[in-house]
Amino acid sequence: MSKRKIGVYICHCGGNISDYVDVEKVRQAIEKEEDVVVAKTTMFACSDAAQQEMMDDIQQKGLDAIVIASCSPKLHLFTFRSMAQRAGLNPYQYVQVNLREQDSWAHTDDIEGATEKAIRLVRAGIAKARVSKPLEPIRVETEKKALIVGGGISGLRAAISLADMGIYVFLLEKEKELGGWVKNFSSMYPHNRSGREIIQKLVEEAKKRERITIFTEAELIEKGGVLGNFQVKIRTKGEEINLEVGSIIIATGFEEYRPSEGEFGFGLPGVVTLSQFKKMVENSQGELRFNGKKVNTVAYIYCVGSRQREGNTYCSRYCCNATLHTAILASRLSPSIRQFHLYRDIRTYGKNELLYEEASKLGSVFLKWSEDQPPEVSSQNGHLRVRVKDLLTDGEEVEIDTDLVVLVTGMVPRDNQALTEVLKLPIGRDGFYNEIHPKLRPVETVIDGVYIAGASQGPKNSYEAVASSLAAASKVATLVLKGFAELEPQVATVDPEKCEWCGLCLEACPYNAFEKVKHGDKEVAKVVEALCKGCGGCVPACPVDAIDVKGYEDATIKSMIEELLAGGEG
Amino acid sequence: MEGEVKGAEEFRPKILVFSTNNISDLGIDLAGSMHMHYPPTVYTISVPCSSGIKPSWILHAIEKGFDGVFIAADGTDCPYLEDCTDRTAKIAGKAQELLKENGYNPVRLKMAAICSVCAEPFVNHMKNFYHTLKQLGPSRKGEVKNEKI
Ligand SMILES: Cc1cc2nc3c(=O)[nH]c(=O)nc-3n(C[C@H](O)[C@H](O)[C@H](O)COP(=O)(O)OP(=O)(O)OC[C@H]3O[C@@H](n4cnc5c(N)ncnc54)[C@H](O)[C@@H]3O)c2cc1C
Ligand code: SF4
Ligand code: SF4
Repeated sequence: MSKRKIGVYICHCGGNISDYVDVEKVRQAIEKEEDVVVAKTTMFACSDAAQQEMMDDIQQKGLDAIVIASCSPKLHLFTFRSMAQRAGLNPYQYVQVNLREQDSWAHTDDIEGATEKAIRLVRAGIAKARVSKPLEPIRVETEKKALIVGGGISGLRAAISLADMGIYVFLLEKEKELGGWVKNFSSMYPHNRSGREIIQKLVEEAKKRERITIFTEAELIEKGGVLGNFQVKIRTKGEEINLEVGSIIIATGFEEYRPSEGEFGFGLPGVVTLSQFKKMVENSQGELRFNGKKVNTVAYIYCVGSRQREGNTYCSRYCCNATLHTAILASRLSPSIRQFHLYRDIRTYGKNELLYEEASKLGSVFLKWSEDQPPEVSSQNGHLRVRVKDLLTDGEEVEIDTDLVVLVTGMVPRDNQALTEVLKLPIGRDGFYNEIHPKLRPVETVIDGVYIAGASQGPKNSYEAVASSLAAASKVATLVLKGFAELEPQVATVDPEKCEWCGLCLEACPYNAFEKVKHGDKEVAKVVEALCKGCGGCVPACPVDAIDVKGYEDATIKSMIEELLAGGEG
Repeated sequence: MEGEVKGAEEFRPKILVFSTNNISDLGIDLAGSMHMHYPPTVYTISVPCSSGIKPSWILHAIEKGFDGVFIAADGTDCPYLEDCTDRTAKIAGKAQELLKENGYNPVRLKMAAICSVCAEPFVNHMKNFYHTLKQLGPSRKGEVKNEKI
């Protein structure tokens, strides 16, 4: 290894580090280490001034690696990587040493011990910097085509938006008709517009666009390839079709919670789910009738299948709003109707509060029950009776004789096992498809190039579903329109000289990231970089030690181990 | 630190911890953030996933002078490998064989899953392991019979 020029910066972190670690002693101990040409302490390494000083050092002293000994890399790894890049140093030739969370703060009782530990940790960091190599992001070409699975309001909106950005779209719907749940509604909150018409309009718009190809009665059955260039196979009406796409959006929606027999009287005549009731209201000509009989009284039981202690612990978001909206429609049909809302909390968030106000004005009555004492539904001679302890009147027992009981059922994930397996989609604790981070990366999944949109990711009403599908569309667009994508370069590599093609790495890798290639006369394994996650699961599997993960090479780890042990107390 | 003083210098076991970037490193960080104390002779090297640790690294650490190695495994929280727990356990098993073959006591390797908020379990593991190693004394080749035939 030729001589390196390494800069080392030891941070006080105000006093967070320097109160318990003698940073000047650390500096002196490592200053004379081989290859170290700059060794400084700094009050706040992350401050603009300190970063500027480092950038100046990199440029003026021609540093080819730097070590910053400060806080946890979870905090500032990317800050310093980008600083290095701005100074013209490859970001992978910067090493972070954690002197705060894993040293000063953990050993506030032992300044001498913490200082010695700091010296050894910094030496190991220098060892890592010494063998560091510049890495370039992995570049993959991207096809300007996308596959959308699910043709509900989310899938349709995403398709139109992508087509308008110049991207070709294949829209896959498993049913005969596009539109998902929304196509069945005639009046929706918050705008009172007809869902059927909204969908008709969207389908029209989609069909107008040459870039959109729609497949109904279609399913995704195979996926291969990598982000930017997936090969997918779909089956539609007995035919199998191969397609190439750059990215995939999953917009497969939700199902309504189905109460079990006897749950709040489910199964008794007159006990219906919210969607059944909504349909009844929407189809009714004149006053509301059930089995030919006029409906005088309706009792709603909220949060059925949502916010359970065990099971579906989440709030389904749409149901309070949709129920009140439907209750308003019912009041308009039958102005004398009596409606009782048995709720746990009313969550008509945002401007949907207006629904609550209007329903109250039209005569809806609200009763609040506690989770420990749910309402009871019974039936005597065909007459439904609901009994509830109402918290708003200090626990008064209320009995309601009613014509209908509406169970305000929540959303549950669709049973889509085959699709989940084909794509290896991650599933969250709630059973819906799982995003990487609910706030920071809400439509991205751990599978690069595969996004989730709409209610497939979790309960949403239609405008929230559309917002998320447009977010997914814009993610796809940024990925495929550039023509190429850049991936994290710390991936596995195989030394073809050592490899004897035993295939054990192939077995060890769940991402299928190995291919067989020729190397001279022999066959060897090669990593498909765009598929590799850099986990290293294959590394210990190789019997001839031919595999390394970049940045964590055998030589790197061993020299770090040696440096942690080297020398005296500094 | 408690324990008997041997001669002039007290024996302070050195422990190498292999932690993981996404999971156990966070748990170890949290222990520090909460100012929970453990011996300062515990050193950490982070890797992407505990299933990527080579048994030969563990032997190397012991041969070069660490008294113990602790694998802070990803367990079921691993973002990469569904069977990470089994894989890491297999690696630990192999490493213990390797230690034995080279005349080192296999109890010098310990493994446990450390989740991203497992600050207290981590600290307890470190204290207990430190104690065990202290009783065992410094690592030396031949401390157990070479079992390789
Ligand atoms: C009773 C009720 C009333 C509601 N009222 C309102 C309201 O008034 N206002 C409002 O904003 N929201 C309302 N909602 C919520 C609204 O229905 C959802 O927000 C919306 O349907 C979400 O759209 P989506 O496209 O994400 O999912 P979905 O509507 O579920 O559409 C998903 C589509 O994907 C298809 N699909 C599923 N799996 C596959 C597969 N493997 N391959 C191919 N295709 C597949 C499905 O067939 C479906 O067409 C209501 C919901 C219910 C249940
Ligand atoms: S395990 Fe090692 S030797 Fe076997 S094919 Fe993979 S890289 Fe080659
Ligand atoms: S590092 Fe992980 S993803 Fe990459 S080839 Fe090895 S096992 Fe597969």
